[in-house]
Amino acid sequence: MKKIFALALAAMMVLAAFAGCSNGNSAKDDSFVIGGIGPLTGDYATYGVSVKQGAELAVKEINEAGGINGVPVTLLFEDDQVDAEMAVNAYNKLMDDGMDVSLGAVTSGACIAVSEKAHEDGILMITPSGSQVECIQYDNAFRICFADPEQGVNAAKFLANNNVAKKIAIIYDKSNDYSNGFKESFVASAAELGLEIVSEQAFTNQSNTDFSVQLQAIASTDAELIFLPIYAQEAAYILTQAKSAGMDQIFFGGDGLDGIIEKIGADNIAATEGLMFLTPFDTQADEQNIKFTADYQAAYNATPDQFAGDGYDAIYTIKAAAEHAGVKPGDKDFNEKIIAAMTEITVDGTTGTMQWAADGAPNKAAAVVVLHDGVPSAYVGK
Amino acid sequence: MDLIKKKKPLAGNLVTLAILCALFVLVLILMEAGALTRHIRSMLVPICINIILAVSLNLTVGFLGELTLGHAGFMSVGAYAGCLFSIAMQNILPTAVRFPLAMLVGGLVAAVFGVLIGIPVLRLHGDYLAIVTLAFGEIIRSVIINLEFTGGAAGLKGTPQDSTFVIAFIVVIITLLVIMNLVNSRHGRAIMAIRDNRIAAEASGINVTYFRMLAFVVAAFFAGVAGVLYGHNLSILSASTFDYNKSIELLVIVVLGGMGSIRGSIISAIIITVLPEALRELADFRMLIYALVLIVMMLLNASPRFAAFKGKLNYGALVDAIRSKAKKEGKAHE
Amino acid sequence: MMDLIANLISGLSLGSIYALIALGYTMVYGIAKMLNFAHGDIIMVGAFAVITTVSMLGFPPVLAIAASIVCCVVLGVCVERIAYKPLRKSPPLAVLITAIGVSYFLQSLALLIFGSTQHSFPKVISAPAIQLGSLTIQGNMLVTLAVMVVIMIGMSLFISKSKTGKAMRAVSEDRDAAELMGISVNRTITITFAIGSALAAVAGVFYGTTYGFIGPYTGSMPGIKAFVAAVFGGIGSMPGAMLGGILLGVIENLAKRYISTELSDAIVFAVLIIVLMVKPTGLLGKQVNEKV
Repeated sequence: MKKIFALALAAMMVLAAFAGCSNGNSAKDDSFVIGGIGPLTGDYATYGVSVKQGAELAVKEINEAGGINGVPVTLLFEDDQVDAEMAVNAYNKLMDDGMDVSLGAVTSGACIAVSEKAHEDGILMITPSGSQVECIQYDNAFRICFADPEQGVNAAKFLANNNVAKKIAIIYDKSNDYSNGFKESFVASAAELGLEIVSEQAFTNQSNTDFSVQLQAIASTDAELIFLPIYAQEAAYILTQAKSAGMDQIFFGGDGLDGIIEKIGADNIAATEGLMFLTPFDTQADEQNIKFTADYQAAYNATPDQFAGDGYDAIYTIKAAAEHAGVKPGDKDFNEKIIAAMTEITVDGTTGTMQWAADGAPNKAAAVVVLHDGVPSAYVGK
Repeated sequence: MDLIKKKKPLAGNLVTLAILCALFVLVLILMEAGALTRHIRSMLVPICINIILAVSLNLTVGFLGELTLGHAGFMSVGAYAGCLFSIAMQNILPTAVRFPLAMLVGGLVAAVFGVLIGIPVLRLHGDYLAIVTLAFGEIIRSVIINLEFTGGAAGLKGTPQDSTFVIAFIVVIITLLVIMNLVNSRHGRAIMAIRDNRIAAEASGINVTYFRMLAFVVAAFFAGVAGVLYGHNLSILSASTFDYNKSIELLVIVVLGGMGSIRGSIISAIIITVLPEALRELADFRMLIYALVLIVMMLLNASPRFAAFKGKLNYGALVDAIRSKAKKEGKAHE
Repeated sequence: MMDLIANLISGLSLGSIYALIALGYTMVYGIAKMLNFAHGDIIMVGAFAVITTVSMLGFPPVLAIAASIVCCVVLGVCVERIAYKPLRKSPPLAVLITAIGVSYFLQSLALLIFGSTQHSFPKVISAPAIQLGSLTIQGNMLVTLAVMVVIMIGMSLFISKSKTGKAMRAVSEDRDAAELMGISVNRTITITFAIGSALAAVAGVFYGTTYGFIGPYTGSMPGIKAFVAAVFGGIGSMPGAMLGGILLGVIENLAKRYISTELSDAIVFAVLIIVLMVKPTGLLGKQVNEKV
């Protein structure tokens, strides 16, 4: 009998402890609560942290300027370790804490799982960096970054139109959805545009530090350009190893390569010489970006990458939508009004000037930047 | 085991089931009353899934005494089989028929994999068996990522979200009934005999290969069923979820709960599912504290002074019960 | 042909790193009879120690490596004392779980201190590359191989000749009997951890110089691969760890080059399974006779 009592008591305590702590910080009453989800720990932590910091910076600026429609903004950011189940748990916790608008999730898989819940709740969801098509399949969902297929087409068009190279080798991450989606659409449109793929090399998250085999295989072909539809972390390994193997092909990638200078470190800047990538985000593009970069550096002692820019823009997009609709959290039809406003606004963000179609995708331009001595500059032709 | 103690596990199991049912009713009442936050409600199905996984893993690790690091592999096979079945049958069968069938399909496919993998794996022992199961788990994951119909790295989308707390709980009870009965049956005693002394068991006429395979395949079946529940709980299924870290997490649950203790597995499945979520308030320190709690729990479990201290506390009697049971199993193991 | 040789050499380079890590793994296993899942993370700590001392404190490379070894030894001994020693009498699985806890702890701590971004590793070891016809052999690789062979021979001598080494063998053979013979089991195991952690620090330095980047989670993948390598060669056997590590690296690279880059992980594991089917205790593992 004692045992049963003990068990029941323990179970109650767990439940009670939980109920207690979950109700602890309801921020509902007097602020505009924006909830973000992303990997803050684990292998992909760097992306979640970047988005979080970018968003934090925007929230700080907005609050100093008087909030959104006079309401102060609270940013709550939860960890998901790139796991869909944890992301949904985090989403529900954020709803308990009174979330008004969701930033979806930083990574696509988690974002798709969260979008299902946000759709049920009917709240506005703006994902900074969920690039799979399905992330924004519902009417309440929008994104800041490019979609994977879109990037692939743009990358292939750029190479063909500017006649950069005809023979292309690819190194991509088979275990990553962004990399796969990007690569597949690139391959498809490269074929249409008459570019020749001479070698396709893959790697996985189990073997993402040693690229000697892939590079050797490419070196034995006549590839003029190596296309890297991957993230900067792995690209740093590839570039340094290619450099020490004395390869002289042009390296070209997408927005995932953004932040490469920070990742590769000052010692290896030489390996990024001539690296080109297609990105909507350039730290020095205009005054706004220069200020953002300086503020970000002052606050976090790091150079912002595109993820940070996406996080920052997502917050300002929410602000623009709320102001356009003239609503505050708690207003009647808040969700409907703010979602409707999304397709009517134009946001001049750090990652470009954006307008949203009803399908939730932004229409913004991407430019190709070239790195010289670690400094990005716009591509001006051969 | 002497004759007097022989009746005891059955009574203990009934108590476990009764407590679980009482908890279930309590949670339902609280849910109806709106006393549970969304955060807690979203953890209910994952808790049930982890209980199924932990109890089934306990069958191989605790009762059969073989360390396997590939449980997540069986879970993923089951999840993909069940979800693909559901997607195919979405407009043909009603949910009430489709979902149980999907679980059956997932469980059976995982069981078939259990047989296929079991044949080579069960020739090995100890750490070699552990590494080979880990290898199979990783091979499964790697193959799923490379297949077209599984959605590859982008994940499988479009599975109907059928998993509810009630269904998951029913599956938990079925799992418990099957595994408790198995463990308390002649078969179960044969399995434990193999764990305690394989050669003696073999000499007593127990077909070691058959019983090892039995435990392995039953565990795989339920891992598959849990996988189906998992797949129908989220709108996306990605293979990266089922890496060796997932298997290790499940192993943590089993060892923490006490090897060979079903009740222990249940309690520790609840704790390990809830703990990282409960620690969310700690923000940046969450994983650090989680790791510390894990180490401290393992150390406390082994400390005799703590056991004495616990005996004095009322709720400690619970942990004590698990511990003494685990200890008994541990002793038997030696 | 040239292509094959080039791949063999790069496989050797990858394998020598695996082997170096597996050496520490297998040694701790052989004597303490536990799978130290935190071994990979000690490598990460060692590498961060070098980064900190070189780029922040401006240590010369030799001093930085020494500091990293000291740091890892202290860490290894502390971890052993605090987390593993109280579990000496518990079943091996309990210790395994604690080791996993320690691994999570070290990762989270590194994440808090160094942040999520990877840090570039200073070039503390630099050796000129060697040109053989059209083949380039990286200098680092030769140094890694040489260091590994020296360590292996040194360790083998230490274990077979020195008094402490003999104590280690005795503890490995039969802990209770060793205790009765007057060997301090606790002290011996602590020394084992100290040596294992020092090896991890050395592995961290070579890992860092070869790949150039270190992050909080850098240690976990090589840790698992080294575990595979150690089992492949026969866990507990030092020559086995070396052989297993090198073979693992070579097989991985050949599979990537000639079969499929997508499926290389699966192929490596499949080879491991086949080997264990044929030789159930690994390539050089001891055949343990079962006692009735």
